[in-house]
Amino acid sequence: MSAAGSPPLLDVDHVGMTYSVGGFFRRRGVRAVDDVSLRLEAGKPEILAIIGESGSGKTTLARMILNLATPTHGAIRFLGNDVTRIRTNRDRMAFMRQVQPIFQNPFEAFNPLKRIDRYLFVSARRFAGARAVVDVQAKADESLRQVGLSLTEVRGRYPHELSGGQLQRIAIARALVSSPSLIVADEPVSMVDASLRMSIVNLFKALRDELRVSIIYITHDLATAYYISDRVLIMQRGNVVESGDARAVLDHPQHPYSILLKSAVLSPEDVDAPKKLVGAAGFSPAIAISNVE
Amino acid sequence: MSSAAASAAADARLSPERVLTVRDLRAYYRTNFFGMSREVRAVDGVSLHVDRDEIYGLAGESSCGKTTLIKTIVRAIRPPLDVVGGSVAFHFAGRERDIYAMSREELQSIRWRHLSYILQGSMNVLNPVRRVRQSFVDFSHRHIGKPMPEFLRLIEDHLDRVRLPPTVLDAYPHELSGGMRQRVTIALASVCRPDFIVADEPTTALDVVVQRDVLAMLREVQREIRSSMILVTHDIGVHANVTDRLGIMYAGRLVEEGPTGDVIRNPRHPYTSHLVTSLPRIGDVTPKRGLEGAPPNLAAPPEGCRFHPRCPLAIGTCRAEAPPMVDVAPGHRVACWVTAAPTAATVQ
Repeated sequence: MSAAGSPPLLDVDHVGMTYSVGGFFRRRGVRAVDDVSLRLEAGKPEILAIIGESGSGKTTLARMILNLATPTHGAIRFLGNDVTRIRTNRDRMAFMRQVQPIFQNPFEAFNPLKRIDRYLFVSARRFAGARAVVDVQAKADESLRQVGLSLTEVRGRYPHELSGGQLQRIAIARALVSSPSLIVADEPVSMVDASLRMSIVNLFKALRDELRVSIIYITHDLATAYYISDRVLIMQRGNVVESGDARAVLDHPQHPYSILLKSAVLSPEDVDAPKKLVGAAGFSPAIAISNVE
Repeated sequence: MSSAAASAAADARLSPERVLTVRDLRAYYRTNFFGMSREVRAVDGVSLHVDRDEIYGLAGESSCGKTTLIKTIVRAIRPPLDVVGGSVAFHFAGRERDIYAMSREELQSIRWRHLSYILQGSMNVLNPVRRVRQSFVDFSHRHIGKPMPEFLRLIEDHLDRVRLPPTVLDAYPHELSGGMRQRVTIALASVCRPDFIVADEPTTALDVVVQRDVLAMLREVQREIRSSMILVTHDIGVHANVTDRLGIMYAGRLVEEGPTGDVIRNPRHPYTSHLVTSLPRIGDVTPKRGLEGAPPNLAAPPEGCRFHPRCPLAIGTCRAEAPPMVDVAPGHRVACWVTAAPTAATVQ
């Protein structure tokens, strides 16, 4: 599939984003993303984790990849086409068919007054070309089955009738309706319970292996990133400070910030440590960073 | 002070001093619309105790009743939530008092001074149209009761303890980052040096670095003023690092309780085992599984042990009868028919 010379699936080329804040007289720029480059190859599905603290520019980067925000410099190319150059509605639909988002909070992602199956039906009509009611329902059912649900369980239900884990599965099913080649998931499990989190995480693995979808997995949870991702990118204040093979980077982080992140992970194994969590010396770097902000 | 009272006080210093005793607490949400009544048993028969200078952790998935339990403990309840049975007794200043037997004035006098509560979503609880300084005055000036300049100096010293500069006093909440706002809330909850702090998910939605920072400070402040604390979070990693004893809740009931180390190293209830073993860890790539099935509906909980529909070990008895809490080791109690089969001698 990926013959030499064919364009990569996603090419983020020295991208940056500066927000302008303040009033007319005191306008200043806040640089959310400074200079980030990354590349996903076509025909080689992988899970790329983007890790960083809040305010490190992870979400801004995701919004730029989804073409919800326009980078102030640099370019993002999807299969060789610059996404900021999309002008016609048809091109935009074609792009959205290929690149689908999953958001952080499943309770906020769906309108509480609308039935949940509606989202699947609309996506099937818009992106999967289904016209007849039977086809629309068959398409919705097919993608629900890919996440371990079925249309009979979901039909006619409102978001409040479903648990966070189920809603997040439905959000993933909705993203799968158009058979995308890239899914951008922004903190998809941080609002889901610990006991259900692993079933969502395992689902991402299955999407990569069975449906051959590439996934950009944005998180601050190093443990799940270690568990599912092939590559990681560690971001700090708009810049990539370390990247590479997930296992190698997280087992032996090199950059001081990556080391700090890893040391801040609270693990159940710490219960055997002679001294429990204490402040003072061990934390000065963390405090220094949070005070700079 | 008589010699008898003095020796009793000395005894209390040696043996752990009990600060909170909860006995068989039941709190239900009751609604009645057009003759249709509905009862959600969010807390159903919970007994626990907390000693002085101890952090008691509560873990469990969402909608298992953690937040309802602690709202009931601090008597921050509003209809439709109602306490239908059991008691909550605090031991403040040498007297045991049931919080539900107190008058409004009594309750106001112990709140903040003796008992403070860090609400869930603590980064969003500050009044957005008042400066942090005014929030401190609103909450704690009447309890501390010092002249204003001295009071403000005290506040500044206290903010220094959570590593915040005095300049935050002049800021509005939206001018501070999430981590700073949570630290302000923690400072607010601990400024009167209360005997008891209840913290509901104080660090969720913070990233790992700030979370570790905030937890370390919370623990430091707690150790310094020797208060007791209930810390609610579903993150077992936090419990391993912070709490002394850990209670696991499932569907409105406590299913396991013990010293945090014992519970995490040697979980006895199948639900606890699942919680502990399903966590991904750095350096471990073995496949992990999520729990099958959905949390039970508390309006119509399953008969018997509430975990049995999702339990891999369930046997016939589990479907029929709820297991009692049984001691399996000193201080370690479990409610399970299979892993802690009660004999006549061990039933409490």
